[in-house]
Parts: sequence; structure tokens; C-alpha cells
Amino acid sequence: MKEQAHSPWSNRSFPEAAKDLLADSQIRRNVRHATNIIQAKRNRVVGELPDWEQLRVSGAAIRAHALAHLDHYLAQFEDNCTRAGGHVHWARDAAEANRIILELIQRHSAKEVIKIKTMTSEEIGLNRNLEANGIHPHETDLAELIIQLGHDKPSHFVVPALHKNRQQVREIFQREMHLPDLGEQPEDLASAARTYLREKYLRIKVAVSGANFLVAENGAVCIVESEGNGRMCLTLPDVLISLVGIEKVVPRYRDLEVFLQTLPRSATGERMNPYNSIWTGVHAGDGPKEFHVVLLDNGRSPILADGEARQTLQCIRCGACLNACPVYHQTGGHAYESVYPGPIGAILTPQLHQMKDARSLPYASSLCGACYEVCPVKINIPEVLIHLRGKVVQQDQKTLAGKLGLWNIGMQAAAFLFEDSTRLSLAQHLGQIGQKVVVSKNGFIEHLPLMLSGWTQTRDLRPLPAQSFRDWWAQREKAKPGAASSSSPQPSNATEKPHAE
Amino acid sequence: MPNSSDARDAIFSSIRTALQVPANADTAAVAAEYAALPRLYKREGTMNSEALLDLFTHRLVEYDAGVCRISAENISREIARILGERGRKRIAIPDGLPPEWLPAGFDFQNASRFNEHQLDQLEGVLTGCTVACAETGSIVLQNAAAQGPRSLTLVPDFHLCVVFAAQVVETVPECFARLDATAALPTTFFSGPSATADIEMTRIKGVHGPRFLDVLLVL
Repeated sequence: MKEQAHSPWSNRSFPEAAKDLLADSQIRRNVRHATNIIQAKRNRVVGELPDWEQLRVSGAAIRAHALAHLDHYLAQFEDNCTRAGGHVHWARDAAEANRIILELIQRHSAKEVIKIKTMTSEEIGLNRNLEANGIHPHETDLAELIIQLGHDKPSHFVVPALHKNRQQVREIFQREMHLPDLGEQPEDLASAARTYLREKYLRIKVAVSGANFLVAENGAVCIVESEGNGRMCLTLPDVLISLVGIEKVVPRYRDLEVFLQTLPRSATGERMNPYNSIWTGVHAGDGPKEFHVVLLDNGRSPILADGEARQTLQCIRCGACLNACPVYHQTGGHAYESVYPGPIGAILTPQLHQMKDARSLPYASSLCGACYEVCPVKINIPEVLIHLRGKVVQQDQKTLAGKLGLWNIGMQAAAFLFEDSTRLSLAQHLGQIGQKVVVSKNGFIEHLPLMLSGWTQTRDLRPLPAQSFRDWWAQREKAKPGAASSSSPQPSNATEKPHAE
Repeated sequence: MPNSSDARDAIFSSIRTALQVPANADTAAVAAEYAALPRLYKREGTMNSEALLDLFTHRLVEYDAGVCRISAENISREIARILGERGRKRIAIPDGLPPEWLPAGFDFQNASRFNEHQLDQLEGVLTGCTVACAETGSIVLQNAAAQGPRSLTLVPDFHLCVVFAAQVVETVPECFARLDATAALPTTFFSGPSATADIEMTRIKGVHGPRFLDVLLVL
């Protein structure tokens, strides 16, 4: 087997990658347009359900329970899927999953496969690996088709091409489908995709998919989608291979009654997505004759050990946190340099890499909490972000370079100052004198020097007041005996509200 | 094939190490924990049957499906009318469809065992359903009598579906309650015709599944 080509994602940090994207006003316009529409639709259909909060509570509880007993439920799923005629495979990492899938496809001498949108396959670099081995994968989800034909990367995991507008999609289709006269109405573009793909559905005999849910109690697999491309891929071919993360299992069939309410409303703002397919194993005279589930670990199981971060795996990939995130709104998905962008990507990606990669992502957030509020399974993303920032710092402190780094020294110095009131007061007095050279005419500090410059890169700072609260308090206490309250001194900026950062 | 039992053992061992649980889970304890999970969301509907059918109709119309309320004795006549209006003659039908539904003058073909190429030659499909959900405007098909295999309702470009009022429930949980006994059957929920919003979040009807959906709601 030929090894896969390098990943399309670079190792750039979030601030570096974000800088390029912020300069691309077309992408920003497209992302803002799409996320605003989904958010508005989502808010409307969520507001319709008086029991939304109870659905979130149950959804979170079911997912947390499944994760706490993941070995039990995976074994149950494997038994029941096998009994229903499916084959279950286990892949420790991306390379192993690629090897299993490639061998299954080669066993059927297939040169082409059709694919239902699956972020898990993007995670393992499946398409590049198949192409390197002479097998052509055809993406069938409209957005994924746009990404594939445009040699692009997904920027959202529900609507992966939301960074492209209709004119850009038309250009890609005109070029790649050889349709010079194609119109730019969304109907024209969808119709072109229908014709382009139908021939493939009827001809290609092996399909690859992901899955939204696995059901332990009966071995069922559930895929939700909109266009019918999913149904085509999981019904018409002779062989179906589903690549699924081990965390996707739920205990009972009836648990889907919660997630099939919260997922579509959160993901696309629909009461139900156009199609949900649920099946078990193989069924004579209906669908594929051969069904394989490849269960992928690839860094998931170690996350279970971290009590605070384990909730990350509760995710049902609705993308609501992306649409709600003010940072994602500005940068779009590519700045995260990860298959999983946005707030959930910022906590999932570094953990999947055992905190060795994507270490800037836990900082790619203002911690405003919008992601937590919309999450249908109540993942406390801000809490996990802070927890992971702590891990990054602890990791750095273990290396000599990290220990001697300016950041660590600065923080240690700050801790030293804040620990003791005399030191703090001394520092404040020195600061009041020292800051004079950096305060601008408008009364704000716009540029801090040297290692502190990062702080003022994106925000202005209020200078230290002429009198600190502690000084004011001390003075007030001193003046107290016998003094009238009206004569008590006021701090110089007492009328101002605290400056929220 | 690679020997996946090594991988299986390694993954289970990694999970158990991370969770700090022994290899033999106390299944009774897991079941008890599961039974105690909070379920305070709405499980039973509260609407009367008139309001329920109104809501279902409203949802379908929003999805751009055609809806007609008819009485049981008119099923065949209404099928003839709709197929006539749609100009479709060669219609796929599944095993177990009541023969008295079928009007004269059309080419109904039992397509339960047709392959996708044969199905692609037909102009539409006529089926019943298992259950329907008013709150979401969804209709559920299973591989059962009068519904057939999944490809039957996927490949033809037009779907005419007969839904009886008694098959319509209000909530998604009620829907699953009805499906629980036959959960192992291949199951498809469809909510309106095939659609996408992948281009600028504009909902467009009809990508790969049937582009046209008509529902006969039998009172």
C-alpha cells in the first residue's frame, strides 16, 4: 500500500492562519452570510420546542452515560451488528483504518467508490490515500462535491462549502463538469450535480460513509442527510463501508428520539432533515449485500481518562457552536487548520493529537460562552478550553525552553507580585511612573513594549489610575475617626464602571 | 484482511484503562444507571386529532409537498387524479399494496425486485407508510408490505404516498414508540422532497431523491 500524501492542513498556528483569512473579504462575507442564516433558522425552530432544555439535559446524559460505559456498549454494538450480517473492524489509528478500507475495496476490484459526506474520512485522509492507490473516490454531497472539484478544504462540518458563493460554485462546475453554459442559480447548480452523479450511483458498486449514530442494543446505524445522496450510496451499491468514530454509539434505539430532534434543529435549523436512514446489518433484497463498519479510535480513547475534557466526545457534530462563535464568524473554518474547526474543533483537535499539535487552538476563543449555550448535548466548551490552556502551560513548563521562556517568566513574576500586598503596591507605584511613556494622547495605552506587546495587538488598555483602590482605602481608613463621610476622599476614577475585558 | 483482533484488544484495553473499569462490566449496574437517566422532555402529544392533522398538513406544505385530504372510499379515484395531473403513467408499486387502490388506465409495475436501472425507467412510485410525525412533517417507511425496499422510493423522481390519519402521531418520541417493535427493518424517514441548502443556505428542492412528493391523507 502506498502511504497517503501529506495532509492538506498546515501546522500554522491559529493567529497566523487567521491573519490571511481576515484579509479575504470574500470569504468573510460568505461565512457571515451563511452563519447568520443558519443561526436565525436554528433559533426559530429551537424556540418552538418548550422542552428544548429537557432534550439537551437528556441528550447530554445519554451521551455521557454511553461514554462512561463505552467498552460495554461497543461490545454490544459489535455483537448485534455481526448478528444482523454486518462485519465490524477495529482501527487504532488513521493508517490502520486506511489499510482496512483499501483492502476491502481492492477485494472487490473496484477502481471507483462513491462517498457520503464523512468528516471521519477527512480526519484519516482517506481520499488522498485511495487516490495514491489508484482508486477514485467520488464525493456525492453537494458541498463535498464543490470542495472536491474545487481542490479545496472543508470549512464547516455541516455545510463544508459555506465559504463559496454561487458564482464561485458555478465556475468550479463549469470547469470540472465541462458545462460552459451552466447558470448560477442554486437550482441550476443542484441540477448539474444531479445529472453528474446519477450515472455514478447506478454504476459504482462500492460506497464509503460515516455515520451519525450507532445503536448498541440492535446494531443499527443511523445516517441523517438532506439530498438523498446518502440514501443512494447506502442503498444501491453491493458493498457499503462505514467509517465511524468509537464515540458515536448510543445505548438504545429509542435514544434516537432525542438526537433526531436536537441534531437537525441545531445543525441546519430544520425540524427534521429531509432524510434519515436507519438499518441493521444486511437485509435480503434491500440494500448492500455486504456491510462493513470500521470503528476508529485515532486518539479518542485517551480523552476518556480526562474527567473534565471527556465531555468533548459527547459531540454529535451539529456545528451549532461554529455558527454561534464570534471568532468563527470572523475567520471562517480554515484558520483552525483542522478537519474540525470552530469551538468544538478547538477542544477536539488538540486532544486527538494528544496535545502535541494544534496547541494554539484552545486560545482561539474569547470564552464568551455562546458555544455552550447552543450545544444540544451541553458540552461546556469554555470550561474545556480553559482546562486545555492549563494543559498547554503545564506541558511547556516541563521543557527547559518553556521554563525559561518569556511567557513563563512573565507569569511567574506576575504570580510573585500578586502573592503579596507590599510587592503589589510597590509594582503599582512603579507602574504609575513607568507607564507615562506608553500612554497615548487619547488616555489609553495602545502599544505595550516588548514581551507585553501581544496584549495590545488587538485591544487598548486603560492606564493605571493615579491612585489605586488599595491606597484610597488605606487613606479612607486613616481619615475615618471623627471625619464626615462627605469629606472622605474618592478614588480618582470611582465614577467609572469597571472596564470589562 | 489485517488481523483486527489485535486492534480490537488494544482499543478495548485503552478504553478500560482510561475509564478505570474492569473488563467485565456489571451489566445490571449499567442498566440501572441507564434507567435512571433524566427523561423530562415531551413524550406524549397533547393535540386533538383535528389539530394534529392540520399541523401535519401545514408542515408538508412548508416542505413544498402536495397534500390532499380524502376519504377511504376515494383512494383509487384520487390516485388516478393526481397521476393524471402529474402526467405520469409508469408507476412502481411494492409488494402488499392493496389492489383496490389501483385505478385503471395506468401501468403499475410491481417493482419490489427491480434493480436500480429498471427503477430509473419508471415515472413514479406509489406506497403506503408505517408512521408519520406531525411536529416535523416526517413520514417513515420500512421494508414492509405496501412500502417495499428502500431503492423503490429513492430512484423514481416522483413519490405518491398514502398516509392514514391513524398513522399520524404528534411527537418524535411517539414515532419511535411505534417503530420500536420493527426497529431492525431498513427504515427511512423523509421530510418533504429531497433538498439541499449547501449553496448560500438557499433551500432548493430536489437533488438526488424524488423531486416531487404528493401525500394523500386518508381520514
